[in-house]
Amino acid sequence: MANEVVDHGRRRFLTATTSVVGGIGIVAAAVPFIKSWEPSARAKAAGAPVTQSLAKIEAGQMLTVSWRSLPVFVLNRTKAQLATLPMVDSRLVDPKSDGGSADQQPKYAQNEARSIKPEWLVVIGICTHLGCVPDFVPEIKPEPFDPDWKGGFYCPCHKSRYDLAGRVYAGVPAPKNLPVPPYHFIDDSTIQIGVDPKEAG
Amino acid sequence: MTKRQLLMKRYIFPVALAFGLVVGGAPAQAAEGGGLPHAGTNVQDQASLQRGAKLFFNYCVGCHSLKYMRYERIASDLGLTEQDVMQNLNFTGAKFGETVVSHMPEADATKWFGKAPPDLSLEVRAKGADWVYAYLNSFYLDPNRPVGWNNTVFPNASMPFPLWELQGLQTAVMTEAKPGEDARVEKLVLSQPGKLTPAQFQQASRDLTTFLEYASEPAALQRHHYGVWVLLFLAFLTFLLAMLKKEYWKDVH
Amino acid sequence: MANVFTSIGDWVTERAPGMMPMYRKHMTEYYAPKNFNLWYYFGSLALLVLVNQIVTGIFLTMNYNPSAAGAFASVEYIMRDVEWGWLIRYMHSTGASLFFVVVFLHMFRGIMYGSYKKPRELVWLLGMLIFLVLMAEAFMGYVLPWGNMSFWGAKVIISLFGTIPYIGDALVEWIMGDFLPADATLNRFFALHVVALPLVLLLLVVLHLAALHEVGSNNPDGVEIKKGPKGNRWDATKPTDGIPFHPYYTVKDLVGVGFFLLIAAFIIFFAPTLGGWFLEHDNFIPANNLATPLHIKPVWYFTPFYAIVRMIPSFLGSAVWGVIAMFGAIAVLFLLPWLDRGKVKSVRYRGTGFKVALGLFVVSYIMLGAVGAGVTAEVIPAWFGDVDVTFWENLFGRVMTLIYFGFFAFLWAYTYYGWEKTKPVPERVTTHD
Repeated sequence: MANEVVDHGRRRFLTATTSVVGGIGIVAAAVPFIKSWEPSARAKAAGAPVTQSLAKIEAGQMLTVSWRSLPVFVLNRTKAQLATLPMVDSRLVDPKSDGGSADQQPKYAQNEARSIKPEWLVVIGICTHLGCVPDFVPEIKPEPFDPDWKGGFYCPCHKSRYDLAGRVYAGVPAPKNLPVPPYHFIDDSTIQIGVDPKEAG
Repeated sequence: MTKRQLLMKRYIFPVALAFGLVVGGAPAQAAEGGGLPHAGTNVQDQASLQRGAKLFFNYCVGCHSLKYMRYERIASDLGLTEQDVMQNLNFTGAKFGETVVSHMPEADATKWFGKAPPDLSLEVRAKGADWVYAYLNSFYLDPNRPVGWNNTVFPNASMPFPLWELQGLQTAVMTEAKPGEDARVEKLVLSQPGKLTPAQFQQASRDLTTFLEYASEPAALQRHHYGVWVLLFLAFLTFLLAMLKKEYWKDVH
Repeated sequence: MANVFTSIGDWVTERAPGMMPMYRKHMTEYYAPKNFNLWYYFGSLALLVLVNQIVTGIFLTMNYNPSAAGAFASVEYIMRDVEWGWLIRYMHSTGASLFFVVVFLHMFRGIMYGSYKKPRELVWLLGMLIFLVLMAEAFMGYVLPWGNMSFWGAKVIISLFGTIPYIGDALVEWIMGDFLPADATLNRFFALHVVALPLVLLLLVVLHLAALHEVGSNNPDGVEIKKGPKGNRWDATKPTDGIPFHPYYTVKDLVGVGFFLLIAAFIIFFAPTLGGWFLEHDNFIPANNLATPLHIKPVWYFTPFYAIVRMIPSFLGSAVWGVIAMFGAIAVLFLLPWLDRGKVKSVRYRGTGFKVALGLFVVSYIMLGAVGAGVTAEVIPAWFGDVDVTFWENLFGRVMTLIYFGFFAFLWAYTYYGWEKTKPVPERVTTHD
């Protein structure tokens, strides 16, 4: 034990270096495990854009389309139904969709009708309160839940109400308007849900 | 130091011997493929994969599915666009994200061929590339079989040979039947040439085998890509660890 | 920054009972002999593989579907559709085989240096229990992908229990929960593989290490450092030939980890099936109860024991003898501390008879593996041409079986009757310095 001198500097340097390099290795090894939780190719294929023909949806009728396992309401609004929209503005939380619901639709649907073409409403039918699917109650007539009902969506879970543009009424549990998914018109009578008009080119 | 070298010798030799035994004695597949020509496939060869995919979708998918393989994955791995795949390869009307399913109803297939054509997703992993390559090159006309074809690698295969217009028609030269022994196929001869020369056909069948090998394990492309970096990193880390060990062990006498 | 970590560490250790004493006892104040060689890496490597199997296994269960209808497809789903699923699966499948590689080497080390001898009998027994549970764990895991080898492997292995007189047939049905390996079998194997056996395995590993640290590690010279002189540069009361496990053996074991990971990564990224040894070709065909694979055999680490079953013919109208021999081949290892009565531990100072017997034992084990894997069935006709393969294979396999059991019988007689001529054992470990 003659040369007892320990080079602490070198020892500390080597310990630090191997710790850092080993740490990088552990982090890199963790990446595949974390990434394995991302939607798989199957989930992505199931969540692929959905093309829907509008030809058979008559005025006033609604169709529910499944996109990424979500119910997407596609509603062909009549002139009379569109006319109700301004009438209820004063009773809504965010009639212009520029306040708390500014993120609930793409820019191209940020208007009173919340749509690309006024008559075609495309919204995800998931109540913004706790995720139930609202009922479609189109008739303009007094309802038990609203004596002055102008038509819209009514959530059976906690009585949230939305108008025919998916805008939420004030004084109900739901805080925001129904979300509008990205979509675009392939031609006059076909839409594709899941792709923005811009992406579609 | 010499003692240490002696020790290393003492350990390295048996380890090397054991390794040699394992590798040398790996006949599980080698022997099954005994006598088969080497397929010479290379899944890294994208051009070969593309040609093979084209052959598969023109000649095979009518009967055989690749039920674990998605069109989208084929496009991204083979360097093809969505348009390429959907127009030139996908003739079944499946969506881009869906898997490759054959059109043929199973009941019809069973009626025509005696059994449903197998899914080919894992064919190369199960049988080996050499076997598939040899199989594709070993069809011959045999009037005694229900569909008129036979195969020397897989005798009495129930499949007719869809690539005959490329390869041409092969017929078998039989050995003379000895008493108590049936005649065997001695060799195959090309009795009517096809659209491709024999060399071209070998390349085509190699391409098709390459594509099927890829379809058996698409991850092989990623494996090779990342593997090199992982090994380099681990070598560097091991070097550092060895330095660290050496430094600490200066204390131990 | 360093201060923050230190104070957090202090905060915890002040409140967590026994953490610091535990750390000291098993790491910084566990004095291990300083003369460990290459053979002493495999214990820590086994622990590393165990952790790997648990982590990758947990992630595999997230996408695996334990049903006869969905298992095979879900494995392909993991291999193709789950991001990085292929890597996680290959880490698990390669880890399974490498687990047996390191465990076999670890066990051989124990036999070679007499690590099972007094006072370490319990360490050996717990290790053997780990080996037994590991075999059950590996077998059930092998069934889960539900390929054709999984199915037929399950059928054949479970059928071994059918040879037990009177209760055999009922036992087989009870294990399978059906008349063939089926949904029920797969589901119970899944539960055992992912929950029950790992728990048992972890408990046994903790006990194995606790028992080891109680008596202290053996070493290549087979001398007890506790009986040698006291006092070293770290502690005046501890053995002179001992060094603290941490940092000296942690840094040394990490070098072993580095080399091991290099080998493992090479297999995972460049040869995940290892030519059919780690993942078998026939297991890429879905389970088919109507078509037995042509070469039905277990995965490589079971082949020596499988060969013993095959080599024992049935007589008195029962096939149970082969099964008894197979379990006997494992059971006899449990008895090793009491069969070997020699006082000298390490092969370095043992008699020539032991060295030769140990060499033959290893050869017989490897050759039985070759018989079980079907290597001999292919090599015999290739080397010797037109001969009766079954006859020669059986003869060869039976000779190897005899050598395997002969090792234990010889070892007992050799030491019991005092035939062994040992060399003098040094007082202290021999260090090469």
